[in-house]
Amino acid sequence: MNTLNELKCTFPARSENESFARTMVCSFASQLDPTVEELADLRTAVSEAVTNSIVHAYRSTEPGLIAVTVRLLPGDVIYIRIADKGCGIADIEQAMQPLFSSAPAEERAGLGFTVMQSFTDSLTVRSKSGHGTTVTMRKKLRHGKE
Amino acid sequence: MVELKEEPRKLTAMLSGELDHHHAKEIREAIDFAVREQLPKTLILDFGHVTFMDSSGIGLIMGRSRLLEETGGTLEIHNPPQQIRKVLRLSGADRLAVIRDTVNGKEPEHEYAQ
Repeated sequence: MNTLNELKCTFPARSENESFARTMVCSFASQLDPTVEELADLRTAVSEAVTNSIVHAYRSTEPGLIAVTVRLLPGDVIYIRIADKGCGIADIEQAMQPLFSSAPAEERAGLGFTVMQSFTDSLTVRSKSGHGTTVTMRKKLRHGKE
Repeated sequence: MVELKEEPRKLTAMLSGELDHHHAKEIREAIDFAVREQLPKTLILDFGHVTFMDSSGIGLIMGRSRLLEETGGTLEIHNPPQQIRKVLRLSGADRLAVIRDTVNGKEPEHEYAQ
């Protein structure tokens, strides 16, 4: 797959970086002149993925790193990869169930993956216990046209 | 950010800025403290000045809905902007609370179902 442009960034899994991460991805996506709604969808999907890493990946260790890669692919497709090297997800299928959360005490709604799925065109989750989780999303920008 | 407005039996939480996981805890604590003090009949979460919300905001709504059940009050969501309405619909949180637009004279309840 030809990558037309790419941005890579690594930052510590701290909650104050949630805002920074979604703003960065949206700034990069802006070169495709997305609609307000498309940009809001991307912003929300990225926020969910990064928040998952911050809330879950390093819960029993010091906050490690989150690596974000954003690519511009042919056909106005934005590719986003968000990876951590945290505890991993033991049961991905269960984690992706709407309203399932392993952190209900922190008032996590259990809707992160549901939002990512709904606001992008494709979502892939790879995870290995003890090795981390990588979330990949793609969204074709249609500029308001179908 | 949250600013609380107390009236007899009514508590309004004027939310503003970005409602994400980073900001949700502080907002939640401020609201819960006031609810437990005041035991309002109605708690209004006003999203009119919220510029961004992810599922952390849904967690906030679900948690306040449970708290109000416990204290015997009802929850209302006022003035959610477009992006927030989309997240509300997706989560079904629009079934947990009455949603109203109170600005621009559009007082009666809005039907947000697609």
